[in-house]
Amino acid sequence: MSAPNIPLPRPTTLSKPYWEACQQGRLTVQRCRDCQSYTFIPQACCGACLGSDLEWVESTGRGTLYSFTTVFRPQQPMFEVPYTVVVVELEEGYHMLSNLIGVEPDEVKIGTPLEVAFEKRSDEITLPFFRVRAD
Amino acid sequence: MWQHPAMKSPYEGVAIVGAYNTVQAKQLPNWTESELILDAMHGALDDAGLRPEDVDGVNVSTWVTKLNSRTVCQWFGGRPTWTGTSHPGVEAVLEAAAAIQSGQAHTVLIATAQCGEYTDRESTVSWTRPENEFVECWGLYTAAEFALMAQRHMHIYGTPRAALSEVASAIRSNGAVNPDAVFYGRECSPAEVEASRMVADPFHLLDCCITSEGGAAMVLTSVERAKDLDVTPIYVLGGALDRQGMSYVTAPVWERYGWVGRRAAEMTFEQCGLSTRDVDFAEFYDPFSFEIIRQLEAFGFCKEGEGADFVLEGRIRIDGELPVATNGGILSFSHAGVAQLLQKPLNAVLQLQGRLAPELTLHEPKVALATNGGSGALFCDVMALGKEPV
Repeated sequence: MSAPNIPLPRPTTLSKPYWEACQQGRLTVQRCRDCQSYTFIPQACCGACLGSDLEWVESTGRGTLYSFTTVFRPQQPMFEVPYTVVVVELEEGYHMLSNLIGVEPDEVKIGTPLEVAFEKRSDEITLPFFRVRAD
Repeated sequence: MWQHPAMKSPYEGVAIVGAYNTVQAKQLPNWTESELILDAMHGALDDAGLRPEDVDGVNVSTWVTKLNSRTVCQWFGGRPTWTGTSHPGVEAVLEAAAAIQSGQAHTVLIATAQCGEYTDRESTVSWTRPENEFVECWGLYTAAEFALMAQRHMHIYGTPRAALSEVASAIRSNGAVNPDAVFYGRECSPAEVEASRMVADPFHLLDCCITSEGGAAMVLTSVERAKDLDVTPIYVLGGALDRQGMSYVTAPVWERYGWVGRRAAEMTFEQCGLSTRDVDFAEFYDPFSFEIIRQLEAFGFCKEGEGADFVLEGRIRIDGELPVATNGGILSFSHAGVAQLLQKPLNAVLQLQGRLAPELTLHEPKVALATNGGSGALFCDVMALGKEPV
């Protein structure tokens, strides 16, 4: 899996609440108070209705593997290959990018139940990885 | 027999009269971007038989040194009054055509060039790896973004690996006989695609476009002025954009973005009264083999999920019913950063004018599609070009 010196997120005003929650082991997402739609990645307004009244709510962190790619040619040399990039479909219906951990590349399957697994990478950044969920 | 409704292109007063590629190579260490852009500009003007003083509109840019059109106006002694602001591809051609059609400009020069960018070969080239905080830390870059789309398509429709290999082989075979291509002489069979090393599953190395350097330029003018030039004018029949978000920031979700470009293709066909049946060849964006299968389905050349059968029947090869990327595309001809955007419509012009190598010259083609952008990038622009006006 990825080495300790991978490029880490630099939180913005908009994304700071998200990364702070990750530090506390909570996966959060923006929800529109008007239409109840979820918006990810963080935005200034709702991705469904343009409403500006968004609140940060807790996500279950549970979802399924929507799509994946196992990467053998790294983005930059500090990434250890192979690593598996996934699109996760969360129970709330929104999608996010992550890396799948704890699974051999040839065992990765679309539809596999997943759950978030936080790993601290710096004082400021804890990353939300995903692992296979045993129901 | 189906017949076209009587329609005219929204750009009926516009003709493309100059088209030029500079030298293309993996690297051009003996060139500066300034030299390259000047060669591109002069090359396209010479091709049209026009002089710098004939130009009253420009959209000229370089990638690394950030040359822009306002500066270029000075080079022309301030004569250009109109500057385009679109990226130098399908959108820039449509923007220039609209400027000419509406009388804001009479003759527009579009040019772009790039060199000196890709020096750190340990990483993927910089334009493939955005630094977004929700993307970079997961090791994503363009091949992985497009692979996420391809995997989902393969899951839903059972698209076989062999179809991807056929696409890469077909397009690379065009480049192999194109003396201007970076990969000239490098024939590539489907078996060789599958034998090449894995990059981002399902993409092997030869499923992926190359990185290279070079420039390109195009001149558009009014149909009236084109009549006075010793050129075969090519017509802009229609075109439209389909933008669904910033590239490489949000997750590439197939069910949401997979058919990007469909709206643009529908609008393009509506504008000129043509359909997929009228298209003789397609200069499709070919960043990764799968993207051709996707576009065939998205634009209606076949049904959803049937793109693999379409290509496996040999239909996108140079002797097939819909040759794709007839110069070798960005898999083989050249992928000089943003210059590849312009090189899609530009190669449609060269093919319609019968100016490619004999092995690649089609028999009297009349209508071409050219596209920029794909599913992993969340945008796809489409335009139609013709040997004759509609």
